[in-house]
Amino acid sequence: MRTLATTMRAELVGAGGVVERNFYLTKRYIWWDLAWFFWTVANTLTIVFIAQGIELTGGQIDVNSVATSLLIGAVVWAYLGVLFEFLMETVAWERWEGTIEYTFMAPLSRAMHLAGQGVFAISYGLLRAVFLFTVCALFFDLSMPDANFLAAFIVLAVASISFIGIGVMTSVLPLISPEKGTQLGFVAQGTLLVVSGVYYPVEVLPGWMQAIAKISPATYALEGAREAIMDGAPLAEMWDEIWPLLIIGAVSIPLGLWVFSRGELYAKRHGKLKRSG
Amino acid sequence: MIDVHQAVMEVVPVRKGAAVEVRELRKEFRRKDSRKRGEKRGERRTRVALDGVSFTMEKGETVAILGQNGSGKSTLVRLLSTLLLPDGGQAFVLGHDVVSEPRAVRRLVNRVSVEASFFKKMSAAENLGYAARYYGMTSKDTRDRIPEILERVGFPPDRRDEPMEALSRGMQQKVALARALLTSPVVLLLDEPTTGLDPRSKLEVQEFVREIRETHDSTILLCTHDLNEAENLAERVGILDRGRLLALEPADELRHRYSAETLEQAFFAATGREFEAEGDEDDDDRDVFA
Repeated sequence: MRTLATTMRAELVGAGGVVERNFYLTKRYIWWDLAWFFWTVANTLTIVFIAQGIELTGGQIDVNSVATSLLIGAVVWAYLGVLFEFLMETVAWERWEGTIEYTFMAPLSRAMHLAGQGVFAISYGLLRAVFLFTVCALFFDLSMPDANFLAAFIVLAVASISFIGIGVMTSVLPLISPEKGTQLGFVAQGTLLVVSGVYYPVEVLPGWMQAIAKISPATYALEGAREAIMDGAPLAEMWDEIWPLLIIGAVSIPLGLWVFSRGELYAKRHGKLKRSG
Repeated sequence: MIDVHQAVMEVVPVRKGAAVEVRELRKEFRRKDSRKRGEKRGERRTRVALDGVSFTMEKGETVAILGQNGSGKSTLVRLLSTLLLPDGGQAFVLGHDVVSEPRAVRRLVNRVSVEASFFKKMSAAENLGYAARYYGMTSKDTRDRIPEILERVGFPPDRRDEPMEALSRGMQQKVALARALLTSPVVLLLDEPTTGLDPRSKLEVQEFVREIRETHDSTILLCTHDLNEAENLAERVGILDRGRLLALEPADELRHRYSAETLEQAFFAATGREFEAEGDEDDDDRDVFA
């Protein structure tokens, strides 16, 4: 029992080490982070301006509603991008810096290593999403009288579990093929972008794309966030979005860990952990 | 069909008192050749990195493995660090199998490689701090320990918070030694720790390795292609050539066995090849991973 407690403590300290490392890196690259945040704000504003552009060119739309919907899509997508980026960096950045072998020979379980990476990604991503939403909402002076921000936040947090599971699956790709892995990661991310209804209702997609949308956690995260912020839906009414997220999370996390462990074994069998390039 | 040799190896108990025991260890890599004109795909070549290597290291012993680039030194270190899986044979660290008990092995070993390998924007203190957490050491555990250990390796206290990229290679290698020692490893794997260093840094690192040998009960496996380093730091010297361990004896006995006056002559007699001057390529890069 004592041994188990000691092991658990060491594992938690190790996961904390991953968070600590990412904190140091964020601190050291803070100007890059600020520049990237500026770019994301600019990109989000560009997307939200589309709503005003439609009205100006004669379209009959509720500008406030469309602008808010686009803003939610852009913010959730930016959040998802942060999660994927951090998880992809689990391997890719460490390979580039040459630290990957030292991380993989440490007595920290892979599950806790990835959990540490996920915890930092969620914390950093949520904080960034809140700033991004606030800045853009203030810029357009959007009216959200019924918004239930707490419910939106909770839906996003639940969705994060699924995102992490999918992110873990893609994060192992650079281990199998350093260059192609990163490329495939972008393909996976791009697929989620197009099918999940980030800027439009899923219903506009062709049938086969709507089928893929059903297994994308981003679809439910976006629907839930829009219901909470635009319609003021309470959490209890969002069960239709939450249960698929819980199921996708329950499948994707163990599946992600399994895929990662297979990838790691492959890399160790074929000598792919070593830095190249 | 049952591999009788493998089956026999598996039932032979690990020798008590051995810090490292390696039995018939074998590793090969398949690499694709660059495509030639007219070929649809580059041919795959198999390179044997380790070819039935066996040896034992006693607790507290320092063993140097001499070998040229591509001889299999780094592969051996990576197998003992659980970073590679062998294609045959077994390796144990304090009785723990590197394949079936990797986490137990990881708690016991640490490594310094030819590349210092740090997050270059982060400082020495930050790099050591997070790395120590992976070994279960809290910030309370490392608050005093990191400055102490950096001081021991001769790292200037006023440069602790400078990014690693601002430090010289010699200085980075001292931090790498500090990182390895921070976790108090029972087995320390040094993979060409002085390659590419200027003469002064080289001497300082060697002096520190000597100090570890004298003050700690760590078992040290030193892979090098520096003949003097091997002779001065190790109790036994092994010659690894093209994946085969040709000899592993005290330097005097090695010279005597090959009727040689110098270790270089003994190396030539054992391998039939001249000992190359130090290069800056990693061991794997020339033949094995070429």
